[in-house]
Amino acid sequence: MKYVALNDLHVSLGAKMIEFAGYNMPVLYNNLIQEHNAVRNSVGVFDVSHMGEFMLKGEKALELIQLVTSNDASKLTDGKVQYSCLPNNEGGIVDDLLVYRWNENEYYLVVNASNIDKDWNWISQHNTFGVEMKNMSDDMSLLAVQGPNAIKVLQKLTEVNLSAMEYYTFCGGSMAGCEDVIISNTGYTGAGGFEIYVWNKDARKMWDAIFEAGKEFDIMPTGLGARDTLRLEKGFCLYGNDINDTTSPIEAGLGWITKFTKPFINHEYHKAIKENGATKKLVGFEMIDRGIPRQHYMIKDVDGNTIGEVTSGTQSPSLNKGIGMGYVSAAFSKVDTEIFIEIRDKAIKAKVVKVPFL
Amino acid sequence: MNFPENLLYTKDHEWIRIEGDVCYIGITDFAQKELGDIVYVDIATKGKTVNQHDVFGTVEAVKTVSDLFMPLTGEVLEVNAGLDAAPENVNNDAYGEGWMIKATIANKNEVASLMSAADYKGLVH
Repeated sequence: MKYVALNDLHVSLGAKMIEFAGYNMPVLYNNLIQEHNAVRNSVGVFDVSHMGEFMLKGEKALELIQLVTSNDASKLTDGKVQYSCLPNNEGGIVDDLLVYRWNENEYYLVVNASNIDKDWNWISQHNTFGVEMKNMSDDMSLLAVQGPNAIKVLQKLTEVNLSAMEYYTFCGGSMAGCEDVIISNTGYTGAGGFEIYVWNKDARKMWDAIFEAGKEFDIMPTGLGARDTLRLEKGFCLYGNDINDTTSPIEAGLGWITKFTKPFINHEYHKAIKENGATKKLVGFEMIDRGIPRQHYMIKDVDGNTIGEVTSGTQSPSLNKGIGMGYVSAAFSKVDTEIFIEIRDKAIKAKVVKVPFL
Repeated sequence: MNFPENLLYTKDHEWIRIEGDVCYIGITDFAQKELGDIVYVDIATKGKTVNQHDVFGTVEAVKTVSDLFMPLTGEVLEVNAGLDAAPENVNNDAYGEGWMIKATIANKNEVASLMSAADYKGLVH
């Protein structure tokens, strides 16, 4: 098992640690609903240092990125971030990721911890462009400071004008006395805030400064449990749950990051799905009758026929009801369609709703 | 953590309070802490006789779901209706307002299989 730089700190804070993607990670510090609400209403800090970071450098870096990712990275300008995915040759997705453009010859890719090796091998295998690649995952920590008060906390620690930074932009700079920090207006909670990339040697200093600055906002450490309920309320896909090696981004509602303005790996396949219409679609649903959907529960129609499977589900702390996502046959994908979730051999009524849920 | 002396316990982390021929059943302080915020207690066995160790319901926390096992064979006489609107009572008052069912005791011999507070404490520590 691997350990993030701040592992001992999380343990000393009383976090419940679990193995996630091969890392020992804090899933909960004290109370999931409190952690969830802290992020929705004020500010919380996630240590997501398990995430992977690759540097791609060279004159043909963009060509490589255009080949392996589904979104159109030529639209990026310096300091901009793009959500994208890596299609495989079998109609599915190797991973979803963020693409950061430093300049026309240098990009960072931020990938899921569980897929670091798989992504590295996949991209390397397609690197016939002589692009220099560097895996920085083991040297970098990532603190996601999320919530409406995150900006007020972080502004105390840096000269960079954070309010001037648009969503999905980033810059290098200094923060809390740490040099060479990446300040990124991104996140996986839909609550606003920033993600701070810092070298491992500075992680503790950054953490302490953030918590000192956040005292007046009752800042709290927040675990992966709350991260999951927060992202699901916003309908963000989780790789391994809602998207995987077999799902097309078109089926997953990720048509907006799948651009046919340029060729990419297996683009013809996804284009055909887009043109012919997907036979199954990822939808959001909420429970009408009482019950909490969970991953792998079956989705049924009114006659009891199986029409799909739940990929993510939880009780939403903000909405106080069961919500979930899952793939259903296209005929059942329209908003307001009545569906049933099989919970302990009972069909519990739900309906398809628009995402985000919140 | 609190494990009252006047209750009996199971290794499945339930408590039992015997009152004459009937008993009250809930989950322990340890169990509620492990589960976290409880958001739904689903018990559909009212009026049914459930054998010892069989499932009489489920308890749902935000992230997990867990079965509830009958500590003693008996008929489920009553389900705590208060938990429908306030499932968090299981977290806040596991041995009081958080009780889950009232049941008959069909086989008094089974009581001997339950654990004392001291034994249960030994199990979870």
